[in-house]
Amino acid sequence: MILLVLLVVLAVVLLAAAVYATVQKDLLYAVLATGVVSLVLSVFFYLLQAPDVAITEAAIGIALTTIIFIITIRNTTRDEDKYSEDMINRFKTEEE
Amino acid sequence: MKRIFVVFLLLVLGLAVYRAFHKAPFGQNRIGDVERPQSVSAFYLKHSPETLHTANSVTAIVVNFRGFDTLGEVTVLFLAATGLASILYRRKEEEEATEKAHLPGRIQLPSSTLVRTGAKILFPLILMLGIYVFVHGHLTPGGGFQGGSIIATGFLLMFITYKRFNVNHNVLIWLESLSGLAFVLTGIYGLISYGSFLQNTGWTGRLNDLISGGLIPLIYIFIGIKVGTELTNVLDTLLHTKPRRHE
Repeated sequence: MILLVLLVVLAVVLLAAAVYATVQKDLLYAVLATGVVSLVLSVFFYLLQAPDVAITEAAIGIALTTIIFIITIRNTTRDEDKYSEDMINRFKTEEE
Repeated sequence: MKRIFVVFLLLVLGLAVYRAFHKAPFGQNRIGDVERPQSVSAFYLKHSPETLHTANSVTAIVVNFRGFDTLGEVTVLFLAATGLASILYRRKEEEEATEKAHLPGRIQLPSSTLVRTGAKILFPLILMLGIYVFVHGHLTPGGGFQGGSIIATGFLLMFITYKRFNVNHNVLIWLESLSGLAFVLTGIYGLISYGSFLQNTGWTGRLNDLISGGLIPLIYIFIGIKVGTELTNVLDTLLHTKPRRHE
């Protein structure tokens, strides 16, 4: 029973973080939200008796993927709208 | 109009998922009798402790029963790392040219003392955990891939804490290539002496011993070293590549 309640709560957190990651315009927060998704997912794997997958998800999903995305943001732009504006402007100037 | 279409599409998708899953017996035992295996999962559960003497049957499946798949996985990872390096690779002069023209909007503050000391203490412990995970891959949860990625996170911690932390690329590349080669050679050893590629040895030791499971721990140590060095290499390439300047 406790396990079921825990699973439902975790599922709600997982869905909320996933939706937040797609809606958020500030890409840094979106990436952190995907990190939260991975965190909850690895707890899920552990509770559903797949510790091997849980370890993989913890190391790759939480640490490595998040950091690679953050490096990408550092080298591009943090704001989603601003980046697309920049790209449009660059294409416009190249056409001229 | 677009909204209605989206709702319609979601309904169709929901119906398809429902039709596929509404008869699935969730939460029931579908493996069957382990003692007299009818399904392939029961066969694996019966044979990994009995004939291979491997306590972790996931490892037995990944490295022994489906060892060839694992070789393919390692190859995929290797190709991905090589592709990334070949895209991001830049000559040294170019690198120095961008470094001289320091980029705008980049704050290069050194990490605080707390972070630096913490990273220094944690780094060997993380490395030890990673090595433990892949050496005990046939006994406890985890294995080569997990241990390797844990090692890579340890190096990642050092990379982002110390700006001047460098790894020797040649050592990494040699370690990676040699461990990959050792994996294939182990497979060929099985081919020569037992008749099929990656065939396990006849000697498998006792259940729950550190040296048990025949070739499984050996192969997982190779995979662990390979994955760890490969991911460290990827992170090093990514972190130390400065973006090209768009004027």
